[in-house]
Amino acid sequence: MAIRSFFVPFLLFALCFNSSLTPVLSLYEDQVGLMDWHQQYIGKVKQAVFSTQKTGRRRVIVSTEENVIASLDLRHGEIFWRHLLGSNDVIDGIDIGLGKYVITLSSGGSILRSWNLPDGQMVWESFLQGPKHSKSLLLVPTNLKIEKDNVIVVFSNGRLHAVSCIDGEVLWNKDFEAESFEVQQVIQPPGSDLIYVVGFAASSQFEMYQINARNGELLKHESETFSSGFFREVSLVSSETVAALDSTGSILLTISFQNGEISFQQTPISNLVEDSSGPAVIIPSSVPGIFAIKTNAITIFIRVIGKGKLEVVETTNHETAVSNALPISEGQQAFALVQHAGSEIHLAVKLAHDWDGNLLKESIKMDQQRGLVHKVFINNYIRTDRSHGFRVLIVMEDHSLLLLQQGAVVWSREDGLASIIDVTASELPVERDGVSVAKVEHNLFEWLKGHMLKLKGTLMLASPEDVAAIQSMRLKSSEKSKMTRDHNGFRKLLIVLTRAGKLFALHTGDGRIVWSHLLRSLHKSEACKSPIGLNMYQWQVPHHHALDENPSVLVISRCGPSSGAPGVLSFVDAYTGKELNSLSLVHAVVQVIPLPYTDSTEQRLHLLIDSDKHAHLYPKSSEALGIFKREFSNIYWYSVEELDGIIKGHALKCKCTGEVADEFCFDTRDLWSVVFPSESEKIIATVTRKSNEVVHTQAKVIADQDVMYKYISRNLLFVATVAPKGSGEIGSVTPEESWLVVYLIDTVTGRILHRVTHHGAQGPVHAVFSENWVVYHYFNLRAHRYEMSVIEIYDQSRADNKDVWKLVLGKHNLTSPISLFSRPEVITKSQSYFFTHSVKAIAVTSTAKGITSKQLLIGTIGDQVLALDKRFLDPRRSVNPTQAEKEEGIIPLTDSLPIIPQSYVTHALRVEGLRGILTVPAKLESTTLVFAHGVDLFFTQLAPSRTYDSLTEDFSYALLLLTIVALVAAIFVTWRLSERKELQDKWR
Amino acid sequence: MEKGKGVMGSGRRWAVDFSDNSTAPSSRDIPDPPGFTRASVDQDDSTVSRQKKDAESNWKAQKAWEVAQAPFKNLLMMGFMMWMAGNTVHLFSIGITFSALWQPISALQGVGKVFEPYKDSKVELLGPKLLFIALNLGGLALGVWKLNTLGLLPTHASDWVSSLPPAQEVEYSGGGIPL
Repeated sequence: MAIRSFFVPFLLFALCFNSSLTPVLSLYEDQVGLMDWHQQYIGKVKQAVFSTQKTGRRRVIVSTEENVIASLDLRHGEIFWRHLLGSNDVIDGIDIGLGKYVITLSSGGSILRSWNLPDGQMVWESFLQGPKHSKSLLLVPTNLKIEKDNVIVVFSNGRLHAVSCIDGEVLWNKDFEAESFEVQQVIQPPGSDLIYVVGFAASSQFEMYQINARNGELLKHESETFSSGFFREVSLVSSETVAALDSTGSILLTISFQNGEISFQQTPISNLVEDSSGPAVIIPSSVPGIFAIKTNAITIFIRVIGKGKLEVVETTNHETAVSNALPISEGQQAFALVQHAGSEIHLAVKLAHDWDGNLLKESIKMDQQRGLVHKVFINNYIRTDRSHGFRVLIVMEDHSLLLLQQGAVVWSREDGLASIIDVTASELPVERDGVSVAKVEHNLFEWLKGHMLKLKGTLMLASPEDVAAIQSMRLKSSEKSKMTRDHNGFRKLLIVLTRAGKLFALHTGDGRIVWSHLLRSLHKSEACKSPIGLNMYQWQVPHHHALDENPSVLVISRCGPSSGAPGVLSFVDAYTGKELNSLSLVHAVVQVIPLPYTDSTEQRLHLLIDSDKHAHLYPKSSEALGIFKREFSNIYWYSVEELDGIIKGHALKCKCTGEVADEFCFDTRDLWSVVFPSESEKIIATVTRKSNEVVHTQAKVIADQDVMYKYISRNLLFVATVAPKGSGEIGSVTPEESWLVVYLIDTVTGRILHRVTHHGAQGPVHAVFSENWVVYHYFNLRAHRYEMSVIEIYDQSRADNKDVWKLVLGKHNLTSPISLFSRPEVITKSQSYFFTHSVKAIAVTSTAKGITSKQLLIGTIGDQVLALDKRFLDPRRSVNPTQAEKEEGIIPLTDSLPIIPQSYVTHALRVEGLRGILTVPAKLESTTLVFAHGVDLFFTQLAPSRTYDSLTEDFSYALLLLTIVALVAAIFVTWRLSERKELQDKWR
Repeated sequence: MEKGKGVMGSGRRWAVDFSDNSTAPSSRDIPDPPGFTRASVDQDDSTVSRQKKDAESNWKAQKAWEVAQAPFKNLLMMGFMMWMAGNTVHLFSIGITFSALWQPISALQGVGKVFEPYKDSKVELLGPKLLFIALNLGGLALGVWKLNTLGLLPTHASDWVSSLPPAQEVEYSGGGIPL
């Protein structure tokens, strides 16, 4: 470290001379993976199809809830190929056709695609239209052929299509125009040319259509009415029988339509099980002869024997999941059953007609943090002794995917990380004596060897093996994956909340999962039927005096999708992932306001606003209340009501006047409101500054030593509204009827500080607010291009502070606290530029002290992150900047922002399905940590003005040491030589 | 300075004294050459030494003035170099400016030493010293002026406010779109 501090002035000096050059931030090929990591995920698997032909690699094709189709290696779980379909192109079904095509049905059954199985190239694509919206079903019969062509049967949009498997051509189609017909199943009995389409009409009528599979001709149409109606699920029992429930969920129906005759058989559930109460639901499965229903947490398996006779084969109150049937040999079908029992899961593979016998029974220890088994997919293989072996793919509650084979977990994928809701960063523990979390200290010899190798590399003496060794040493540097805080603050924990309600802690060094925790409070329970994780806040960030405590995060969740549902708070230790506490609230959580005050244990005060606009203070301690009371009159809050187009400001009034006395609950009153005219403006985006952003200075020095004072306020809100007509797709309106209005609103007083209208512009608007500027991105309809605009706000009332002597002596009031109720005099500067890309997310780099210049991080439509210097978005740019302005670093104005290929932060990688970018300051001022997440995760370090405060990672300390030693030796030698010479001179 | 040292000569190894002061011819083995009169030498002892001392002090005063005026040349050269260096901050201009500041300062520190060889009860050194100091101060001023033109002196408001933290706001507001 001493060496570094010695070098800092030198480097700063060196930087002075280089500052006139435009910095191009890029990295060399061998630097990839040194500071960044990239992880690929797919999301929660919806459907899986195995492809285990003898030739070729064994793989499984999956479709997921993140709209990914992927081909995974069955051996290791790696991704062979992967496609992410758009968010409006939801996958309805997948299957394999002809053993070499992956067939996908998506977009509500209107797009059918075929992909080449080995490499994932698209083979063909067909658009299937139909008269009305309906459930979409995909069926790829194995042996149904029309003129040597395999047929795909698709029911979508109220129409049945038969599509050629080879070129995607529609061979025939048949409309089902009956007004209320709702399709439930499309059945193709093997070995016949018939297709059955069964469904309900008018909620109490069962309809059956028999269709010739060769030409789509309707052979038979039967319907039968069942007076008490149907519950909307059927389970296929055999190719000509389905099981259903009546609308009350208390009577089981088996409906057979053999030979076109529909017959109902009713069995009350109470006849089968004694203590059944409450409505039952059918668990969809396709095991012949058997179906399962669930009533109150009890799962009942029922076998159909003969004509509508039912028999209960098993009743269990363990959580159970069943796979679909898998034909293993002639007339035999197997299925897998997974049951939970404590910390183990029991996997049983049974034959469909033989419930009591097990082909396979295994118990596997399962991590409790994975939750319940949600889905099971079964596949078989032939062992060397010609018996059947089974492998089972299971999808867990935390969205992870596991392959079980021979009683063990072969591989697992943490695909919950594909659906991140919120991210926050946490510090690692401080290194203490004896608290060595990972043994990372090399011995001296290793260290020296490493540096000698590096030196060889520097002096170009390294052989190719040495180069490889150097590279692997750099990549595997144990320093970066240590579990303790580092000097530069590069090592941190990224705490991630996923849609499955699981928290993960990722290490920033190598992206590994340090701990993961499935939140108990996000579990389904009696009190909370469908909990949803909403957000995460830093609850306790200990530093200074409270260093003994671990930091903790607050996870806000809600029971149910409506905003009035009661909230749940959980407090999680950031070091260990333990849930410290969880509170089920009686009130809803509509807004969470982290206050800028902390109590003596560094717990941050939070104000939770409920749906009745009461404010609740947390933590509920008298100390927190004391702090809060002191600042009571200075706390305000605002709400943006997007649908009504109103922004309202509120202040706290008094204690709640409810029936229960609660001293932590406060009434609020309305202070101001900004009402946007609903016929001309619709709110589409609001952005504020990040509350933890650090601003170094309030002054901006411009050319000729002049000063401009930034208007820096934490309480500024950027609001973008568009014409209601123009809130749709780009291009749906003419430029004349579309406009974009941008406001800067003070959220304490409701004062509109700035308003600007962009005529002929349209959303979507992505914006980022930092310091005293806001940058936003929108579409310009007149120019047919995307645009980015910047607004900078300056405080004019401070502009007079120019007397040097006053400033030298500190006789100014520039840093004294100000009230927002004093009238501000602001001026704004703005400028607009064309920008090539459409944008998914915008963020800005943030550093520890806010001194380093800023870069915008733009998540482009190509799922990459582009770093763009803020200097390009400087409203003081002009076409011909003066010499002084040039010296200041102002770039001559151009009409569009440059996209420098080297400034892609993600270099050659893509963060598929990019949703958000988070920047976290490192302790080293020059460096910021960037985390981009979508379906993939990407992390890197950025230095917007280069690492001016530290030596680069590949700096050769050995070379430095060697130079110093050589210099000392040279000094010594020359000193001796000069001594001798002098002596000789004296003797002469 | 080197010349002054030569005159005073302390560490010399041998010397020939051409001004032989011995007046008694009896002590000489060798008679005076013909035509040589000792009359000019045979003057009063004190007169000789006074004359010599006068010459020396004259010479010393002259030298002192010379030394005092030496920085003027330096000044001119510095001015020229500064003009060449231009007004942008880079290695050359910074080097020149700092040497322009350093030279006068080091010279002023060593004023006593510089004039020590000419120290004499008869020589008035105040004038040369003042001139020397004035010229060096001029050089210093030139350096400071250069520093200012380079923008390295905190003479503008911008130099004093550039690290002022933003003012605290009394009120705090939070909220946004409902979760």
